[in-house]
Amino acid sequence: MSEKGSPSEIVHRDYNCHPPAFAPGYKTSILRSPRNALISLQSSLSEITGPQFCQHDLGPLDNDLIMNYAKDGLPVGERIIVHGYVRDGFGRPMKNTLVEVWQANAGGRYRHKKDQYLAPVDPNFGGCGRVLTDENGYYFFRTIKPGPYPWRNQASDWRPSHIHFSLSGDAFAQRLITQMYFEGDPLIRQCPIVKTINNDDAVRTLIAGLDIHAAVPLDCLAYRFDLVLRGQCATLFENRTQGAA
Amino acid sequence: MKSYFPETASQTAGPYVHIGLAPDAAGFHIFEKNFCATLANSHTEGERITIEGRVIDGSGTPVRDVLLEIWQANAHGRYNHPADRQEEKPVDADFRGWGRSCSDFDSGVWRFETVKPGVVTGRDGRPMAPHVNLWIVARGINIGLNTRMYFSDEQEANRRDPVLNLIEWEVRRQTLIGQRERRGDEIVYRFDIHLQGEQETVFFDL
Repeated sequence: MSEKGSPSEIVHRDYNCHPPAFAPGYKTSILRSPRNALISLQSSLSEITGPQFCQHDLGPLDNDLIMNYAKDGLPVGERIIVHGYVRDGFGRPMKNTLVEVWQANAGGRYRHKKDQYLAPVDPNFGGCGRVLTDENGYYFFRTIKPGPYPWRNQASDWRPSHIHFSLSGDAFAQRLITQMYFEGDPLIRQCPIVKTINNDDAVRTLIAGLDIHAAVPLDCLAYRFDLVLRGQCATLFENRTQGAA
Repeated sequence: MKSYFPETASQTAGPYVHIGLAPDAAGFHIFEKNFCATLANSHTEGERITIEGRVIDGSGTPVRDVLLEIWQANAHGRYNHPADRQEEKPVDADFRGWGRSCSDFDSGVWRFETVKPGVVTGRDGRPMAPHVNLWIVARGINIGLNTRMYFSDEQEANRRDPVLNLIEWEVRRQTLIGQRERRGDEIVYRFDIHLQGEQETVFFDL
């Protein structure tokens, strides 16, 4: 690591791993995608820094979606644990990364004032949680497996069961939102949002595998979902005149 | 063994992003402590400002389900992060430098209450004009969009800013300037973001 200014670089983003902004099969992207090329920046302090979070920001039940909105009983549905590691591109653990998740209930209904789907809201299920990764980049939360739901794209489109994930990383350039899908779900291959990614390897990284060894017998199943954020490396050579700030 | 692992693929935040990132906006209260759009408390140093705007799609319609985050230096130009080693500038313990805001479901207007950031040293020791980093997600946006807001009352610094000067089309630089106005006691910077079309905002690949 060098001195002031910009001691490290964020590895440039490989857009082959990501969906393009304009993906007409997902209709809403048509009017919400820029037409101009992105302007590429080299890392400055603005990109290699980002918000820091601590345990104090969270509450004790924040990573337990089974209990954190339970009012007069338990939520209905398949009880699962979701767990995994967050690493950077070099395989290093991402510590203290804020992982925020949200999802529909077992019937595919969201607790959101704009969701009109006729499947009922579960009075004991909120559908959001958050957790900080530990020193090994590990996180876990407990929830109900979400159901698929229909949406207005093509009239017969259904989303596969999925959990939305948001990761803070350590740098603002690592900020990422994605979705986790479940192994074996036949809707994955049909989904226009999944298909915005034109890369089968990249799609596979979004599918959590059943993790029977992490299941709690007679209580809940488990799924394993690892994530990778952009790598950060030291600047090896830099042209800076003597005495410059 | 692989030497570099590809980044996890991005997916849209979808229309119900509020459930996870701002549940009170989704219509229910669940967390004791919520992240919000107010970055400064009563002890934070610096000039209090409001940043306000809308995100507008390619048809000219405000996007009403957008979520934005900002990341900025404190009034002295230092980020609250260990990688910022500008030791001559103080860290402000009362300023995290980060906030999150949702657009209003009817008007599409979003706002942040913060302080005006100071000058941060850029690459090669060149100062960057005061700016706020923004990140935008919504239904229809497959990968979060990054942009910066600069300040209309910092013309001289803006003229020398190394990032603004990377934009070859001078006419496009104007899309990154928040317009200062005074409303009673309040200092407001208006910053509309155009996702697409004639006034399209400059977005960055960080």
